[in-house]
Amino acid sequence: MAKQTSSQTVGPYFAYGLTPGELTGINYVGFTGNCLASPETQGEHIVIHGHVIDGEGAPVNDAMLEIWQANAAGRYRHSEDERDDVALDETFHGFGRTGTDRNGQYRFDTIKPGPVPGRGNVLQAPHVILCVFARGMLSHAYTRMYFSDEADPNESDPVLNSVEDVRRPTLIAERSRSGGQTVYWFDIHLQGDRETVFFDV
Amino acid sequence: MVDPVPYNTRDWDVHPAYDYGPYASTRLRAPKQPLVKIDHTLSEVTGPSFGPDSAPELEADLTRNARINGEPLGERIIVTGRVLDEDGRAVPNAMIEIWQANSCGRYIHEIDQHDAPLDPNFTGAGRTLTDDDGRYTFLTIRPGAYPWGNHYNAWRPAHIHFSLFGPGFAARLVTQMYFPGDPLQPIDPIFNGAPSREAMAALVSDFSIDITQPEWALGFTWDIVLRGRNATPMENQ
Repeated sequence: MAKQTSSQTVGPYFAYGLTPGELTGINYVGFTGNCLASPETQGEHIVIHGHVIDGEGAPVNDAMLEIWQANAAGRYRHSEDERDDVALDETFHGFGRTGTDRNGQYRFDTIKPGPVPGRGNVLQAPHVILCVFARGMLSHAYTRMYFSDEADPNESDPVLNSVEDVRRPTLIAERSRSGGQTVYWFDIHLQGDRETVFFDV
Repeated sequence: MVDPVPYNTRDWDVHPAYDYGPYASTRLRAPKQPLVKIDHTLSEVTGPSFGPDSAPELEADLTRNARINGEPLGERIIVTGRVLDEDGRAVPNAMIEIWQANSCGRYIHEIDQHDAPLDPNFTGAGRTLTDDDGRYTFLTIRPGAYPWGNHYNAWRPAHIHFSLFGPGFAARLVTQMYFPGDPLQPIDPIFNGAPSREAMAALVSDFSIDITQPEWALGFTWDIVLRGRNATPMENQ
C-alpha cells in the first residue's frame, strides 16, 4: 500500500491561493468564502464568530479556517448522503473558508444545520465540521462546533460523549443576539487551559 | 442508512507532529492535548465537491493567468502528476489549488516584505481539477528560495504549496512540493517536520526529460497520495 503524502504547513502566504475573494472580490464557483448562505437559503440564518488564539492568549492573525456542514434539513450536498427523503437546498453547498483578520477574528454567515445520523443511525446533535490551518501548524486540525441551545441533543451526542466532561465546553458555541442577528461565538484555542478539543478524524 | 465505510486512519508515521521544536512557530500553536479519536460518520466522509466551473482552464497556467503587460520572468516549468489513494487508485475530480513565490523568492502578500522584486505578471496562484486518471498539470515559473525568520540565516528551499480536496473532508490535505537536488532541504525545519526520510523524499518532485518540452519548459513530476478506504460502500453491500 502506498503511503499517504505528508502534510506541510499552509504558511502565512496562502491568500492569493486559497482566499482570493478576500483580495479581489472574485470567488470561484463552489468557493463562497465566508458567506455560505444567500437570502433564499432555508433555515435559521446565523453568524459564527470567534477568534483563533495561541498558547499565550495572543490572536492568530494568519490562520485559515474551513467549515463543512449539512443544510437546515440535515442533508449534506454529497454523493454519499443518499437520503432522498431529506431535501437538498439548491442555494446551499455547505462549504466555507476564511482567513482570520489582523485581530485573529473570523466570521461565517451561514444557516444552522439540521441533525444528521451518526453510526448505527443514532442521530447526532447539529454540528459544523471545522478545520484549522496556520503557519506553525505542520498538520491541519479538525474540530466540531456544537450549538449551546441544543442542550438535549448535545447530551446524547456520541462524539461529544467521547470527550471528557471538563473539555466538552470547548466544542459548544454560545448563542446570542447582536445587531439583529443570531450569533454563535466560537473561540478556537490552539493551546492552554481552554485548548479546543481536536479530533483524530 | 448503512454506516459509511471509514477512511483509513491519518498516518502519523508520515504526517508531522504538531509540536516540532526546530520550527519555532509551532511552540505556541501546536495543540498539546492528545487528539480524540472519532469514528467516521456522514460528517467526515462527505465534503465539498467541485466541478469544472470551479477551476477555469486558464487557472492551470500561472504563466498566463495574471498577465498585465507581458510574460512573468523566470524559468518556465511544467509540473504534473497523479492524485492517488493508498491503494493506487486514481482520485478523479480532486480540486488542487497551488500558490508559490515568484522566481525571485517573493510572494504577492502584504506581509511578505522580502527585499526581492515582485513580478507584475505573476501572482503565483493556480487551480485545477484532476482528470479521470487522477492527473493534474500546471504550467508555472520555478519559484526562488527566500529567507524567513525562523533562525539565523534561515532560507526556505524552493517549493510550491498544494491544497487538495479528495472525495471526503477526511481526505483533506495541504502540503508542499519541493524540487530535486535542493541543498536547502536538509536544513529546512518545515521539510524536516515530515517524520521519516521516506516521508520527506515523497515531497520531492522528479525531473522528467519526457515531460520536458523542447525549446519550451523543463518538466517535473509529483504524485500525491490521499487517504483511501478499505472498500467502497458499493462493494460493501
